[in-house]
Amino acid sequence: MNPQTISTPQAADAGTASAIPIPNPLCEQPDFSVPAEMVAVLDELITHYPRKRSASLMLLHAVEERYGYVSRQAVEWIAARLELAPINVYELVTFYPMFHRQPTGRFHLRICRTLSCALRDSYKIHDHFCRKLGLDPHGHGAQTSKDGMFTVEFVECLASCGTAPVIQCNDTFHEEVTLEKADKILEGCK
Amino acid sequence: MPQEYRQILKYADAPGYTPDVECYLRHGGYQILKKTLEIEPKALPDGKSMSPAEQVRDQVKLSGLRGRGGAGFSCGLKWSFVDRRSGKPIYLICNADESEPGTFKDKQIIHKDPHQLVEGMIISCFANDVHLAYIYIRGEFAEGARILNRALQEAREKNFLGKNILGKGYDLEIHVHRGAGAYICGEETGLIESLEGKRAYPRIKPPYFPAVLGLYMCPTIVNNVETLCAVKHVVDLGPSEYAKIGTPNNTGTRIVSLSGLVKRPGYYEVEVGKVTIRELIYDPIFGGGLRDGRQLKAVIPGGSSSKILKAGERFKLKRKGPDGKDVEQELDMLDLPYDFDSLIAAGSMSGSGAIIVLDDSTDIVAALSNLSEFYAHESCGQCTPCREGSLWMSKALHRMANGQGRKGDADYLLKIADNIPGGRTVCAFGEACSWPVQSCVTKFKDEFVARGTQDEERRAAGSK
Ligand SMILES: Cc1cc2nc3c(=O)[nH]c(=O)nc-3n(C[C@H](O)[C@H](O)[C@H](O)COP(=O)(O)O)c2cc1C
Ligand code: SF4
Ligand code: FES
Repeated sequence: MNPQTISTPQAADAGTASAIPIPNPLCEQPDFSVPAEMVAVLDELITHYPRKRSASLMLLHAVEERYGYVSRQAVEWIAARLELAPINVYELVTFYPMFHRQPTGRFHLRICRTLSCALRDSYKIHDHFCRKLGLDPHGHGAQTSKDGMFTVEFVECLASCGTAPVIQCNDTFHEEVTLEKADKILEGCK
Repeated sequence: MPQEYRQILKYADAPGYTPDVECYLRHGGYQILKKTLEIEPKALPDGKSMSPAEQVRDQVKLSGLRGRGGAGFSCGLKWSFVDRRSGKPIYLICNADESEPGTFKDKQIIHKDPHQLVEGMIISCFANDVHLAYIYIRGEFAEGARILNRALQEAREKNFLGKNILGKGYDLEIHVHRGAGAYICGEETGLIESLEGKRAYPRIKPPYFPAVLGLYMCPTIVNNVETLCAVKHVVDLGPSEYAKIGTPNNTGTRIVSLSGLVKRPGYYEVEVGKVTIRELIYDPIFGGGLRDGRQLKAVIPGGSSSKILKAGERFKLKRKGPDGKDVEQELDMLDLPYDFDSLIAAGSMSGSGAIIVLDDSTDIVAALSNLSEFYAHESCGQCTPCREGSLWMSKALHRMANGQGRKGDADYLLKIADNIPGGRTVCAFGEACSWPVQSCVTKFKDEFVARGTQDEERRAAGSK
């Protein structure tokens, strides 16, 4: 039997990429759109793979980098582009720690939590950032400051353990971070 | 005198050395690729002939090169398992996920000498009749991915990549694929799933050996960044010259990532087996010793997943004496030669080549709690023993590290850790998450028991 005929989508969602509703945690982004030049770049990326589905992480990165998070609309857009069901993209957003379901700040501070950095006081750095930005030092996961400027997140080993403690501000690595250095990094975020 | 032996990192830190192709070419770059593509078929005594690709594979096998990613498996042997009769395309993937805590060597190659990796990959692809290959790089290395993309583009422009490479009729394309922050993407079958655009759920073996049923169910080779660079040097020197570097069965060089509580953390390329752990930690040209006034407590010798070695532990090792006969020798943990076989003989492993040093200021319970939290976070969740076990261990250790220990915690932890590995899980993460707990709790049992007992007594006395 053709599995498509088992359940008939309800009319309510007609018009979107798929009729299967995405579970709640994804944010709505009604004005989501992908500019033409970005579409061209993404379509080129898709050609790197014999199967389109392989490009899903690369497309998710592109969206996360541009908007700071992955919304329901983004998931559906990527799924349509790769001829997938939205769940195939959604399950990646919930699996891979680099994708966020809530908007993140303009500056994303990732602080390494793992042993070599912890031995060199990375917890103090995390604590310092949280206090300065009005966030909970014991909070779990990514936390974003009220003004939407900063996201602070503990992450696992960033492969720079020889220069611990390390943090990443957006794509830039900062090594052997001290409290003074941490303040400088914050000041540089404008 | 112990010393560095810079082969792969020969130029990486040289003043003025830049990651662009012109600089690489000025330093003899892509000459080994040219040499490889000029190999002629070799006539064998039995009348058959050996193709150039087969000859390269043969060289890699004879060189004794072992994988630098974690398991230390023979590279030549791995390549010999590839199913070449299926008629399907063969893929090669460079594992640049570098996510084993403590490890930061591949990053040095990618950032400072990306063309060396590209050349090593092209040679390895040629040797295995691969026409499409990927570099799977961890997502956080966004800059590394840009550097590699630039290098690949330069290589295309010079016709080291693309159609009819250097006019020799060989076609190859390499693309960069970015992961997204999940450790399990370093495990080769998880990596393959991830490259197919799925959750990185490792595949069960058998039947999904990458050499037979890998990417898109085609034969696939997964090799670490450093391994692929070493292939270039094997072809350059020839297998017998290459095998003279290092020690028997542990040939070549290794980039050791040294971190933790030493004076000079950093990456050091050494001949495999020619330096000891003691030298790596204490010698002024390597770690330079511990911070003043500190004593060694323990060493994690091969990435966070390897079993911890306690200061003062002694091991009996079989080594070849001057007359070639095996003699049994008893060695202090620090005097173990840093190679694959000695660390296995000591019940641990050299894994990804990452040494984490802990001194007597380290709270061993907190250190293990830190690592367990990593594993609890990174388990992909497919197998119950791993998913639940890693979380239970982490919770118990977190409780202990925060003054809420119990007398029975040590045994409780061991009971969980003993029930995860040994074929109960789909992938070796099961071992990876339990080995640190098994080794730490067994070797530092006094401390774990004392901690739990104190906490219990304090609570019984009515304080928190
Ligand atoms: C949990 C787990 C994590 C791993 N992480 C990495 C990694 O980050 N980088 C790597 O090269 N190999 C890693 N490996 C080893 C790979 O599965 C594979 O053996 C290796 O890439 C093969 O390359 P090699 O033969 O050149 O060493 C990991 C293995 C396991 C079980
Ligand atoms: S052992 Fe752990 S990481 Fe590996 S497949 Fe099972 S649940 Fe996933
Ligand atoms: S432990 Fe922090 S970078 Fe590795």
